[in-house]
Amino acid sequence: MGTNDIKQSSNDHLTTPTRLTGAEIVWATLVGEGVTTVFGYPGGAILPVYDALRKFPIHHVLVRHEQGASHMADGYARASGQVGVAMATSGPGATNLVTGIATAMLDSIPMVCITGNVSSKVLGTDAFQEIDITGITLPVTKHNFLVNRTEDIAPALRHAFQIAQSGRPGPVLVDITKDAQQGTAIFDFAAAKPRAYRPHPMLRVEDSALAQAAELIRNAKRPIILAGHGVSESGAMEQVRTLAERAQIPVTLTLLGLGAFPASHALNMGMMGMHGEAWVNQAIQEADLLIACGMRFDDRVTGTVATYATKAKKIHIEVDPAEINKNIKVDVALVGDLREVLEQLLPRIAGRDGSAWLKTIDSSKGAAAVRDIKNLPDLGHLYAAHVMHDLWRITGGNAIVVTDVGQHQMWEAQYFHHERPRTLITSGGLGTMGFALPAAIGAKFACPDKEVWVVAGDGGFQMTAAELSTIVQEKIKINIAIINNGYLGMVRQWQEFFYGGNYESTPLVSPDFVKLADAHGIQGRAVSTRAQVAGAVESARSAPGTFLLNFMVEKEESVYPMIPAGASLHEMIRRPGHDPLLESPDDK
Amino acid sequence: MLHTFVAYVEDLPGVLTRVASLFRRLNINIISLTVGRSERPGLSRLTLVCEASAEAGHRIRASLYKLENVVDVDDIAGAPAVTRELALIKVAATPRNRSQIFDLVEVFRARIVDLTSESLMIEMTGVESKIEGLIEVLREDEGRILEICRSGKLTMRRGHHTSGVLKAMGAKTEDNADADNEPAEIAKERAVVEPE
Repeated sequence: MGTNDIKQSSNDHLTTPTRLTGAEIVWATLVGEGVTTVFGYPGGAILPVYDALRKFPIHHVLVRHEQGASHMADGYARASGQVGVAMATSGPGATNLVTGIATAMLDSIPMVCITGNVSSKVLGTDAFQEIDITGITLPVTKHNFLVNRTEDIAPALRHAFQIAQSGRPGPVLVDITKDAQQGTAIFDFAAAKPRAYRPHPMLRVEDSALAQAAELIRNAKRPIILAGHGVSESGAMEQVRTLAERAQIPVTLTLLGLGAFPASHALNMGMMGMHGEAWVNQAIQEADLLIACGMRFDDRVTGTVATYATKAKKIHIEVDPAEINKNIKVDVALVGDLREVLEQLLPRIAGRDGSAWLKTIDSSKGAAAVRDIKNLPDLGHLYAAHVMHDLWRITGGNAIVVTDVGQHQMWEAQYFHHERPRTLITSGGLGTMGFALPAAIGAKFACPDKEVWVVAGDGGFQMTAAELSTIVQEKIKINIAIINNGYLGMVRQWQEFFYGGNYESTPLVSPDFVKLADAHGIQGRAVSTRAQVAGAVESARSAPGTFLLNFMVEKEESVYPMIPAGASLHEMIRRPGHDPLLESPDDK
Repeated sequence: MLHTFVAYVEDLPGVLTRVASLFRRLNINIISLTVGRSERPGLSRLTLVCEASAEAGHRIRASLYKLENVVDVDDIAGAPAVTRELALIKVAATPRNRSQIFDLVEVFRARIVDLTSESLMIEMTGVESKIEGLIEVLREDEGRILEICRSGKLTMRRGHHTSGVLKAMGAKTEDNADADNEPAEIAKERAVVEPE
């Protein structure tokens, strides 16, 4: 088959076994798996694959650093629910992917990374740009493959896609030697199908456990649903909502759960955990039943486990058996796909009167709401909370927001109210600074018609700012909001609270981000007062291309409330009643 | 407590690393690990012994199952099982003082498998305590033990088709006798056969 024929009839070889090079097999398999976009960076050991790209209907996005490729594939997966694909060469190309792979692993994101490696004859000889990437990524992938025979490429890739998406999703790496890319083999897409998916043998949804769960829910006086990332991964939004509404149980969300239950819903209490709402954490401590749905009792959610919700019975609905009793001992474990489990549980759930408990929770909100930063008078200070609030208001909450890691991430979670799943993309488990910009590019490719906003701090943005060039080269439109406080803000906050205000290595000098954008041919504007926020957001939205807003916010503002690491949920640090920031001379 | 896991894993490069890496990550020291071919083609069987908290057993088993190349995992826990270890012990022995060793070997039901003018090699199979016993006695003469090579533990559940491993594989179940409900007389008979 001539090389040009492949593109024109790219699906023929998916149905008819054809002799192809290993490089062609890589692309043909990706096409067969439904891949349309790959994020990558070429290099010596992956060159045969890149050479074959022009014959296949796949769009390749050239990144500026391979970490960007893995974050883009991750953002693509989070926004679409499909497997994201990243590609890199051997050695440094492969190692640069690692942070992005670990990010995806910690947040259970389906991703396939393809790396080239040196020829099988010189594997293990420290050849130029050779590195043991399957060894390096072993603990941060669900599985990985080292492929050194052309005929193994298609089966390994197809198996990788199966592993990435099944059970609890996660990243898979396929390392392919250069000689395997160059060799030829008969490509038979159907025959390369992996063995039937084997569910984890310890999945258990016993009738007695369902009955026990239903009984606990029926008898609970102060129940709470804890909804996590598993809700959107499993597509169980309707089921969680039905459970909440039928039994009148309030719902609180983890950071990665935001959007899985509508923020505007009367039963939505908001986010739990370290920077969650005070009344939520208080209610968890008072609860007599926790129904954990697709969440893993992360330490940022529980505080110290010894004092976590000691009055509550716990029901844990979770797809990964290794999570049961890992952090918090539970009374009833329903181990299976959340949506399937809830569908079995719901027929056993009857209507319930939850009004007394809901009233109790509602009345505990009072004090916290008064302290809310949004209620502070406009005395010339620009708070990130105002930016998030306006962003939410003006976009109608319909944008996909991709955040970086730090204070701005928490403010976004507190003040941007997410109504739908996959509208907040954030690195929760690994907490990877530099995630936002590349992940937003990936999200834009997954959802080209959606409005995409990057919300990043001045620190994290600089970690991957080079991807601005990728935006320009790809001619995509996203909006960028930098929350610029001149500090590595969250670290500064910890230094303020726990290290006696010793701001070691947290003051941060940054370039003029608007000029940096301009150097890339990207429009931008600096914003330093509350009154300018709305107009700036509108300009960014209406600009035809990518637009960067540099929000010069209060330098030493902290995220409240906060549970110090290792403290109990009820030991929150609250916003001081008299904010010293409001009492500076220029306020008078 | 001591945990013993029996697992069937695919016989492929790197699989042992994946298993070992799991324990490394959990900061659990592997006390004993034996691997070899099994009755199932393409699958190796391993016996792994480690020290971990009682609650850790569930998580370790669940995490082992998450490894793509792991096919079956059985947590032996306290179930009736036979555990054996093989030891090769090379001791210094001249023609003049050999007979003393021969007597010892007889008492411990071990075997001599190599003999030279300066040394001999003892092969011993048994439970850990028996092997420890022989080594202890041999150590009474300083400098006698030249080398010790121990296989690590091999464990198999007692009874016909009683193991969770085979059950998980959907093996014939009609003659399954659940080890926990083993008739008393059979258990007694086994106790005679296996004096541990």
